[in-house]
Amino acid sequence: MAIEDDVLVIGGGLAGATAALTAVEEGVQVRLVTYKQSTLRHASGLIDILGYTPGGDGPIVDPFEALSALPEGHPYERVGTEAVRDALSFFDEIAGDAYAGGHTASNALVPTHGGTVKPTARYPVSTAAGLATVPKDTLLVGFETLTDFDAPLAASHLEAAGAPFEARGVTVAFPGIVRDDAKINRYAHLLDHEETVQAGAGETSAREALAATVDANLEDESRVGFPAILGDEHSDEVRADLEDALGVDVFEVPMGPPSLPGMRLEDLLYDALSDAGVRVTSGVPVIDYESDGDGAIDHVVVDRHGQEVPYRAEQYVLATGGLVGKGVRSERDRVFEPVFDCHVPHAAERYDWFVEDVFGEQPYARFGLVPDRELRPLDEDDEPEFSNLRAAGGVLGGYDYAAEKSGAGVSLATGYVAGGRAGTEASR
Amino acid sequence: MSDAEQPTDDHVPGDDEFEPIQVFPEAEKMDLRPGADNCYKCSTCDTNCPVAEVDDEFPGPKFQGPEQWRLKRQDDHDIDDSVMKCSNCMRCDSACPSEVPLSQMHNTARAEYVEENMSKFSREYWRNRMLSNYRQLAPLASAFPRTANFVMGLSVTQWMGEKVLGITSEREFPEFAKTTFREWWAKRGGNATSRERAQEARAERGAEVQSEEKRIAYFHGCYSNYNTTEVGKALVRVFERFGYEVMIPEQACSGTPMFANGMLDDARRAAETNVRELSAAIEDGADVIASCTSCSMSLRQEYPELFDFEGTESVAENTWEAVEYLRVHEDLEGELEGTRVDDASFAYHAPCHSRNQGLDGQTIEVMSAIDGVEAEDVGDSCSGISGTYGWKEENYETSMKIGEEMFEHMEDAEATTGLTECPTCSMQMEHGTGYEIQHTLQVLEAALVGTELEET
Repeated sequence: MAIEDDVLVIGGGLAGATAALTAVEEGVQVRLVTYKQSTLRHASGLIDILGYTPGGDGPIVDPFEALSALPEGHPYERVGTEAVRDALSFFDEIAGDAYAGGHTASNALVPTHGGTVKPTARYPVSTAAGLATVPKDTLLVGFETLTDFDAPLAASHLEAAGAPFEARGVTVAFPGIVRDDAKINRYAHLLDHEETVQAGAGETSAREALAATVDANLEDESRVGFPAILGDEHSDEVRADLEDALGVDVFEVPMGPPSLPGMRLEDLLYDALSDAGVRVTSGVPVIDYESDGDGAIDHVVVDRHGQEVPYRAEQYVLATGGLVGKGVRSERDRVFEPVFDCHVPHAAERYDWFVEDVFGEQPYARFGLVPDRELRPLDEDDEPEFSNLRAAGGVLGGYDYAAEKSGAGVSLATGYVAGGRAGTEASR
Repeated sequence: MSDAEQPTDDHVPGDDEFEPIQVFPEAEKMDLRPGADNCYKCSTCDTNCPVAEVDDEFPGPKFQGPEQWRLKRQDDHDIDDSVMKCSNCMRCDSACPSEVPLSQMHNTARAEYVEENMSKFSREYWRNRMLSNYRQLAPLASAFPRTANFVMGLSVTQWMGEKVLGITSEREFPEFAKTTFREWWAKRGGNATSRERAQEARAERGAEVQSEEKRIAYFHGCYSNYNTTEVGKALVRVFERFGYEVMIPEQACSGTPMFANGMLDDARRAAETNVRELSAAIEDGADVIASCTSCSMSLRQEYPELFDFEGTESVAENTWEAVEYLRVHEDLEGELEGTRVDDASFAYHAPCHSRNQGLDGQTIEVMSAIDGVEAEDVGDSCSGISGTYGWKEENYETSMKIGEEMFEHMEDAEATTGLTECPTCSMQMEHGTGYEIQHTLQVLEAALVGTELEET
């Protein structure tokens, strides 16, 4: 017996979750299989559509306007601008109050932990009060034990970048943290659970102690930015309490990996999957497949610690990520996609996979599958590899998400299209 | 140290066998540098560590694993004593996007620490040894269960336990069954009776009465033998109903508590017995089935990582978790269609060791096929007890802090009965909420065989 469903999505990141959520709307049974935790945990939690053109121009004000100029083969070109809009609305519905930015088609500018500003289409509500376009003087607060965020440096970068307000940074001790390398969820846990900490003369709750520490450093700034560690499960409550105590707006500055806003987005998506009745199998890899001999995939093989368990569906979506997520892998002499061995175009000579200039146009950044307009991966002869396989997100090639700031948008749009097609086909 | 197989970048088609390059002396020792070099310090493992989240003292899996193995390249570095605070939940394994074998590193580091840095005369050493070798004491207790339950329940015993041994007095010792599972099995007629019952079931189902295929060897582990015998009985009845002949091979502890306490020699002895006996059963045509997810985790993952007895691989490849086996080999959900268990509503907690076998969603999926059963998942937090971890006086508070999220979610859930596959998770669930706790197999038994759900 195989474990049977109508649609099987392989990969549990933004693209995979979106594909599963879209497919299940067609009234079919959907399963999502994911191996290691997704690179969402590395992600800022921001939803970028397009921040810069592939040529490097930007920041772009209206991403949708820029989409039509993208070259053939770019994932956005494959699915079309309307699908990108629909996918974003679909995300807005799932995210509800947790995300802001839905009222405008323009990019917002969100300050990052390095003091740069990032053009993004949707942002967690926790970062909303910090937008760089809002002319409010800003105090950035860093912590001695959290070296990834140097608040004074980030503040001076913001000013140097021409932000329309004054920014000042201070570094303080986080009440209750002693370790030099405490984990970010240790900070979040202290605030979430209002743990008791030693502060000055006596004991007080972590939230109160933090507010008191910051209050002593607050001058006439009307908003305060913290690194994104303000709680996990109860982050809205933590932020509201700090705002009450300080009497100013409080926001989070997105951080590098590991990232709580990324984890909160992951939680949001997995709650949605569970509510929608998508079955999730995690912690085990899809390692192989059997074809039905007729150009379609019959079933895939999941390795459950030694047992090879067949999972069968009518339609499959591959959303295993790019080089970082290991949906695309490389060896010394080849670049390949490890589950179905779909075609990944690349130069035969390894030294042609990259250019000397680190920030130049790196060929490896665009490695991935080439899909048709239905997002079916194509083989060397431009024929679909399988009739019932679609691909979405980082596993697709033809775009450089890091340079374009388009990672989340491509995952949403291609996940939406691939999942929708898979769901429709399977419901026939 | 073991000379077991070195980890490789697994699951890559066409990936060549890993060839170690002998740069450093003592290359016969377990050396995990290749895995350590895959770590690019993204720290995702640290954000999954339930201990680091509540305990400021614990430096987290990234340090315990790859960083420590890098430090170990210098001869004058001992294993850091913080490795004893790792609870062996193994969550870091599935967290790592780079396939670093973190739990394997922790297991070997703990073994080295206990071997080389822990005094064999210390209270901690003997306490840990006793806790991890619970199996050695259990037969005595279960020979006189009434006396044992009485003595263990005395406050003076608990006080002594804490003062002398460092075992927390906050917890109540699990009750010993009046008849062990193995005694019940022998009284019932052992393998011969099971064969008859399986054949009857096959006849009833219109299948071949004689079958060499449908045979399982049940790895009951210590807990369902000495304590929750209903779980073992449920497994036997459910499998026999599907026409499986059940065998109960000789067996030792799975080794999980020993890995977690760095008692790798004890674990090796236990593993040797298990591999020998289970291999023999596999040769007799049986698949190995466990009802405890830490036992199946141990046989499937930790044995091949740490040992290389003859048959280790074959045992790993032929071991299954009970419900998983039925889902894959039988039409379990089909059989459950139309069955009914009255008023059964559960708050389900997936144990860490089922989570990292890809089984965390399974119980909820299966339960949804039974009429009258409502099972609600209470989220992905760790229960916090982690076997012997939460029994130690110095860890009790941490253990309860980790468990807090699960307790809250259980209390938010509609049900007032808990459901899980792990015996120690079930202790913690009961301890933190006062709920009765059932095992998934008991619910399947109630649905398929029609036995009443008993109080555990």
